[in-house]
Amino acid sequence: MKKGYFRSPWRVLVYVILVLSTFLWLVPIFTALITSVRTYDDILTNGFFSLPERITLQNFATAWNRGGLNRYLPNSFIITLPSLFLTLLLSSFGAYALARFRFKGNRLFFYTFVGGMLLPFQVLLLPVFRLTDALGLYDTYWGLIGIHTAFQLGFCTFMLRNYMRTVPGEIIEAARMDGCTELGIWGRIMLPLTLPAIAAVATLEFTWIFNDYLWAIVLLRSDQLKPITAGLATLQGQYVTDWPVIVAGALVGTLPTLLVFLFLQRYFIEGLTLGSTK
Amino acid sequence: MLRIRRKFTPYLFLFIPVAIYLIWVIAPMGYTFYLSLTDWDGISSPSFIGLENYEKLFRDKVFYLSLTNNLKWLVTFITVPVVLGLGLAMALNETIPGEKFFKMSFYMPMVLAMVVSGLIWGWLYHPRGGLINFVLETAHIVEKGPGWLSNRDIVLWSIIIVAIWRQVGYVMVLYLAGLKSINPQLLEAAHVDGASGWRTFWSIILPLLTPVTVIVLVISVIDSLRAFDLVSVMTRGGPANASSVLANFMYIEAFNNYKMGYGAAIAVILFLLSLAFIILYLYRVMQDEMEY
Repeated sequence: MKKGYFRSPWRVLVYVILVLSTFLWLVPIFTALITSVRTYDDILTNGFFSLPERITLQNFATAWNRGGLNRYLPNSFIITLPSLFLTLLLSSFGAYALARFRFKGNRLFFYTFVGGMLLPFQVLLLPVFRLTDALGLYDTYWGLIGIHTAFQLGFCTFMLRNYMRTVPGEIIEAARMDGCTELGIWGRIMLPLTLPAIAAVATLEFTWIFNDYLWAIVLLRSDQLKPITAGLATLQGQYVTDWPVIVAGALVGTLPTLLVFLFLQRYFIEGLTLGSTK
Repeated sequence: MLRIRRKFTPYLFLFIPVAIYLIWVIAPMGYTFYLSLTDWDGISSPSFIGLENYEKLFRDKVFYLSLTNNLKWLVTFITVPVVLGLGLAMALNETIPGEKFFKMSFYMPMVLAMVVSGLIWGWLYHPRGGLINFVLETAHIVEKGPGWLSNRDIVLWSIIIVAIWRQVGYVMVLYLAGLKSINPQLLEAAHVDGASGWRTFWSIILPLLTPVTVIVLVISVIDSLRAFDLVSVMTRGGPANASSVLANFMYIEAFNNYKMGYGAAIAVILFLLSLAFIILYLYRVMQDEMEY
């Protein structure tokens, strides 16, 4: 019965469309890669499809050293990793309470977390700016870590709580009978059993926090503290007439999330679909 | 003793996350409402001026321009990427040569920071040396390519195309997950009854995907109202506010012009626009809870 994928002309047509649209989708990436190893003069005088006069890594060096990416990129990690750790830790606490205990306000807390995650950032911008300033955290890493940790609690708690609900209750009851403390149940039973969901959420959150731009430009002023996203915007202003440098910088800036995606693709995709289907 | 301890346990676990969430997310939302009724420059303390900001806002041409742009963005977002994403999901929901490569290609833009996408596309759109005009001019399709980011009539669409480029992969992921959860026996039965592929799609697959479609639509609306990074990096809302959206308008008024009360009023409008969809999403989650 089955004769392989191309069993009708209709299939062949679909395949051709797929190949063409995939090609179209990758054009920006390829363009960026090709541009980043050429000089601007070379592109302007010889046109985009000419063979490069020479391949150069100078654009990357310029973006990295003089463009300041050697500061911006480490800053991104300094901001992202603590935020990621804190939001996962705190949301796994909250998720455990919401998933496994009956108490007054359970649903209310849960819906608050879910509703909050969909808010437009603009509605938080000014008060959080003021709060951060009042706490003495304006223009520090911790100001950014604070808002990232807090805001991402919504999504993480939502996802982890739903996942923790699927853990069979007998395991927990048995542990309680054996005299395990609640903290012990959380750490020794819940966390290990929730690991797949934590991995999925963590992968996704890493890219979200790492790619944030708005909070970085609102809560930071010093160039020395800027993460890569805000740094790239500065780079764009600095090298406004040298696109190969800007594009090379953009490629460097996207490398960490790209690597995370390439190696943890399965978790990334799982994270995206955790909330949409049961 | 043990019972009492168990009664307090959940509150102990929840205390820190809830406190942080209230302080950084929920309370600020309310505070923005208050700020929108004040005249605040960000330095001195806010003074109450009633609805003045809103009166000014409703007479502000840039506000209507931004709102219209948001609506254009929204309508495009709930149609184009949704149809493309669903089409791709249908095509890739079976074993097909090169399946992994196809999927990766469409997922990739999702992983890039908006800033990165904005910069790369800014270069593609560049009037001199940029790939798009170079192709158009070399192939003699047009003598001189348009200023994709400097022409008032097309700048918004140039940016929306970048947003679509990012969004399609996301919609595809959600629909692929939805398609996996459809019972293959249903499709088998339709096939045995002689239903055409087209018919099966419209009367079986699409209705079964309704829950996914609801989520996709809500997320698309929310994302279109959140649009900021691309506009900020590619045009800053220009030229002459032609590509301004509310989020960007709010940022500029509040942080560049130091009219923070005015900015808060814009933020409140943005919030009210998303509110219906946040409620719709919550309603969906509540329905799931009922079934549980």
